[in-house]
Amino acid sequence: MKRNIIPLIVLAVLLVLPFILRDPYYLHLMILVLMWVALGSGWNLISGYTGQVSFGTAAFFGVGAYSAALLMSKLGISAWWGLPLGAFIAVLLSFPFGWISFRLRGPYFALVTLALNEILRHIATIWESLTDGMVGILVLQTFISKQPYYYIMLAIAVTSIIVIKLVMDSKLGYYFVTIREDQEAAESLGINTVYYKMVSLCISAAIIGFTGALYTNYMGFIDPKIVFALGDISIMAILVGIVGGVATIYGPAIGAFIMVAVQEFFRTAGFGLFIYLANLTGWSFMHTAVKYISQAHVLSFGLLVIFVIRYLPNGVVGDWDVIKRKFSFGKTGSV
Amino acid sequence: MAFFEVTGITKFFGGLAAVNDVSFQVNEGEIYGLIGPNGSGKTTMFNLINAFFPLTHGEIYFRGEKISGLKTHQICQKGIGRTFQIVKPLRRMTVMDNVIASAFLHVNKKREAVKVAEEMIDFCGLNHYQDKLAKSLPIASRKRLEITRALATRPKLLLLDETAAGLNPSESDEAIELIKKIRDSGITIIIVEHIMKVIMTISDRILAINHGMMITEGLPSEIASHPEVIAAYFGEDYRAQS
Repeated sequence: MKRNIIPLIVLAVLLVLPFILRDPYYLHLMILVLMWVALGSGWNLISGYTGQVSFGTAAFFGVGAYSAALLMSKLGISAWWGLPLGAFIAVLLSFPFGWISFRLRGPYFALVTLALNEILRHIATIWESLTDGMVGILVLQTFISKQPYYYIMLAIAVTSIIVIKLVMDSKLGYYFVTIREDQEAAESLGINTVYYKMVSLCISAAIIGFTGALYTNYMGFIDPKIVFALGDISIMAILVGIVGGVATIYGPAIGAFIMVAVQEFFRTAGFGLFIYLANLTGWSFMHTAVKYISQAHVLSFGLLVIFVIRYLPNGVVGDWDVIKRKFSFGKTGSV
Repeated sequence: MAFFEVTGITKFFGGLAAVNDVSFQVNEGEIYGLIGPNGSGKTTMFNLINAFFPLTHGEIYFRGEKISGLKTHQICQKGIGRTFQIVKPLRRMTVMDNVIASAFLHVNKKREAVKVAEEMIDFCGLNHYQDKLAKSLPIASRKRLEITRALATRPKLLLLDETAAGLNPSESDEAIELIKKIRDSGITIIIVEHIMKVIMTISDRILAINHGMMITEGLPSEIASHPEVIAAYFGEDYRAQS
């Protein structure tokens, strides 16, 4: 019972948040968090629940983003139509790659997605007549205020969580987890593993492609290095999943919040704390430290992953009981 | 045409014939035993029947239909279930979810799948464990879970691979009871078993193989006294003495 109420409370808070949080910077961060909820959920479906580790989040994300951008820049059609189109093209793209690599067991799918990521980034960079290469594509934003984007992103995040919840409670979900646990057993239980892995990948790609197209609409600018980034998109999606809790419904939501917070903390050098200290003390080494800290967010990811795998191998949501026990022990000295 | 028929199946692994020109028929409603020393090709035979390995030669028919050449999951859909000697529980799922997942083969609604699963868990007596994670079960219950899961796919023919191996005497008696109960519910069974007590008490007919080749087929009593079978298990010297 309690478990059903908490997400609703969080949702209610998120619904009124833009009225409390007037600062566009923090609203921007919240939009990023919500975007990562959707991306993390998409990754979680294919990798967490179905057990097929994907390094290809950026591939589907970038394809979605470029679909929207090209629709606008080449055909003059509103980039909002890129949302369904991006999802569709991401699914289309996932077909040949899944179809080939899912026949094999082992790390092949992971390798293929890794390659897909790089292939697409290079295509987007080199095919200048279509994508303008490294120059990127500029799309005029529809809204000046961030609030509409916030609510649209919130809708997508909530929808992707609901979709995954429904899927996981159905025949599909049971089949996905069976495939993750043992593919041979799954086959001998009459499950067409290739087909169901494809279904899982398609749903995942659709969610990620859709979100990618929204990213274009929101940011107003994309280039290959941003949207096909292995580290900042593909690996980040994996981290969101691992930190929040692999194969849990709300794991990616928690993971998204933590990861965006950590990333932003380092990027801004402790939300300006270190810069403030540096100016206050006037120590020159503080300035140097600030420079390094702000470049060290990838390092922080590494440390975070080590911490999570060591102490919370099932992520924050998966190991919630462990966390609760530790904290209540510290407070009351009993239980 | 027989209920289940295997004609001249052969499997080469490189130059080694793991199964060599084996043919047999199984009648509907019987328990058909498969025995042979270690490495004689019993499990390979199961892997051929349910298409884990492709056949080198030969054909397999089930209820008048050729099933060799189909994929593993299609064979299960045709109504052949199997268990594994080295059990393959879906470790991070509860026993109930394990069985629900396999019950989904013939139903699409979760409610119906749960009903089938509950029935099967009841039938196999796993009620105590139904909310436990599969990885936490003791071996006897894991073997039972294998059977429960296979039954939830509503098979007409069930392949049991060493269901009693690793069980203590009282557990293997329970396994015998369960297998008989499954047969009485109208499911034909092919069983591979090492424990002679089990296979001799429950089988209607037995096929003995060695080095992937058929030695003999017959009633349990005939098999037990067949000189070739004794030689295969105990060596040539033993036959000379007896």
